[in-house]
Amino acid sequence: MDKVNRLEGPAGPRPKKAFSGRNIMLYGTLIMVSLYYLLPLYVMVVTSLKGMPEIRLGNIFSPPMEVTFKPWVKAWSEACTGLNCEGLSRGFWNSVRITVPSVIISIAIASVNGYALANWRFKGADIFFTILIFGAFIPYQVMLYPIVILLREIGLYGGLPGLVIVHSIFGMPILTLLFRNYFSSLPEELFKAARVDGARFWGIYFRIMLPMSLPIFVVAMILQVTGIWNDFLFGVVYTRPEYYPMTVQLNNIVNSVQGVKEYNVNMAATILTGLVPLVIYFVSGKLFVRGIAAGAVKG
Amino acid sequence: MQNARPNQLFRNMTAKIAAIPMILTALCVFVGGTVWTIVYSFTSSKLLPRAKFVGFDQYERLWSTSRWTVSLENLFIYGLCSLVLSLIIGFLLASLLDQKIRFENTFRSILLYPFALSFIVTGLVWQWILNPEFGVQSVVRGAGWIGFSFNPLYDSELVIYGVLIAGLWQGSGLIMVLMLAGMRGIDQDIWKASRVDGIPMWKTYILIIIPMMRPVFITTLVIIASGIVKVYDLVVAQTGGGPGISSEVPAKYVYDYMFQGQNLGQGFAASTMMLLAVLIVVIPWAYLEFGSKNRG
Repeated sequence: MDKVNRLEGPAGPRPKKAFSGRNIMLYGTLIMVSLYYLLPLYVMVVTSLKGMPEIRLGNIFSPPMEVTFKPWVKAWSEACTGLNCEGLSRGFWNSVRITVPSVIISIAIASVNGYALANWRFKGADIFFTILIFGAFIPYQVMLYPIVILLREIGLYGGLPGLVIVHSIFGMPILTLLFRNYFSSLPEELFKAARVDGARFWGIYFRIMLPMSLPIFVVAMILQVTGIWNDFLFGVVYTRPEYYPMTVQLNNIVNSVQGVKEYNVNMAATILTGLVPLVIYFVSGKLFVRGIAAGAVKG
Repeated sequence: MQNARPNQLFRNMTAKIAAIPMILTALCVFVGGTVWTIVYSFTSSKLLPRAKFVGFDQYERLWSTSRWTVSLENLFIYGLCSLVLSLIIGFLLASLLDQKIRFENTFRSILLYPFALSFIVTGLVWQWILNPEFGVQSVVRGAGWIGFSFNPLYDSELVIYGVLIAGLWQGSGLIMVLMLAGMRGIDQDIWKASRVDGIPMWKTYILIIIPMMRPVFITTLVIIASGIVKVYDLVVAQTGGGPGISSEVPAKYVYDYMFQGQNLGQGFAASTMMLLAVLIVVIPWAYLEFGSKNRG
């Protein structure tokens, strides 16, 4: 009895403390840190809106005195890589033509894989799945050249379809895991009821699983679009220069040794390349976080 | 016997057919490709892979090449610093966001947005900010501190730390999100109990929360570590490996030898070493993580 009373002692309304000092510290730190994280984005935008003379004289953090959109136009349609002066637009359309089919194919394959692994477990399935997950950790460099040979054998080395295959392969571990975990979390009775009613593998997939799991498909899409858009290594290894994705072209434009460096054009090009994932990020909000959390916690 | 086999094989036939892409990827690309590279790292392949075995020659050459040892040293410095710092920064930021603050979503969005950007974009922005003629150095000098010097990208001793700044900016948001998820998974009663006992907050974090978050820390550690070994685009964009060879990393070594130096054998040997490094991290983790769970 005595003990209980003592435990009850400190209960009740919490004594009011002067929290303001703590809050100033807390929000002050958070705002400072946020400013630091926002700084590069700000510098990119500001630099891209200045003319070259202003950049040479001024300070990279100061806002532009005269706003000009010429660097953006130049980055999009005139910037040079080597002899080619078509600007980033070509890289942009290449990236679109790579990203769209890669996202669709990789999600289609991985969702079926995940479904088979979750609901139609067959002998040996776990072994393949384990290999797949281990594959996510193997450095890509180890598999680069064997894939070059495979693609060359089927005649797809250097073009866009080959790169789409590569993205579908390397997206598979993480997406399969994502879908497998999601489908396993759905109530099993649903699956059993559908089987009793005579539905088969594809029937259950298209009529029951697919409509029930739209959110996870959106998560997978976000994960893949940003991942594939941001890829550099596969683009540079598996495509010829005319099919280079945007990231590769951006790097070639900015880090080219010829000519005078136009920092404003470079920064405009950099923003243009970052724009797609940034828009996806800010629009998708919590789903993006869910995607990377699922993507990051492998296993 | 004759009857039993086809039966077993044709059970779940559709599922097996549907899993063919996965099986092919797992066997042909992941296992086959890895084994192929390891085998051919013992050959004298130059422009094209040739099955002429030369034992450990490629590895001997690899370890006597200064570019490789510099690459490894850089990877070690970069890896260790980014491991420790991103864990610390990620944890601190997560604990700030965990204080039931207002605008939590806004702060989180700001801290995480760099992670949506590619390493190429990250590298190029920081190349510009750290530019000695126009960037931070010149701004501080312009503000009156003439002797100020901060030029990591053109200093062969410091360049890897310049890359580190960019890498931390890009990746620490992810660690923060993972840590925050871990903190949210902790029972609120623990906080109540520690408040009742009058334990200060920082002490609760260090003595109670961190030990409870051990699995989160380990997972995060493995994610950071396996990401670090792959560092490639960031260096290509930000420094191109320079000045000289002072910011080279192993992944770049592999690419350059395989696709530009026309010295496949070296590339294979170097990538095999990278694989080895990853296995040293991943296998003990997988053993700890899944070894016990699978039996349960």
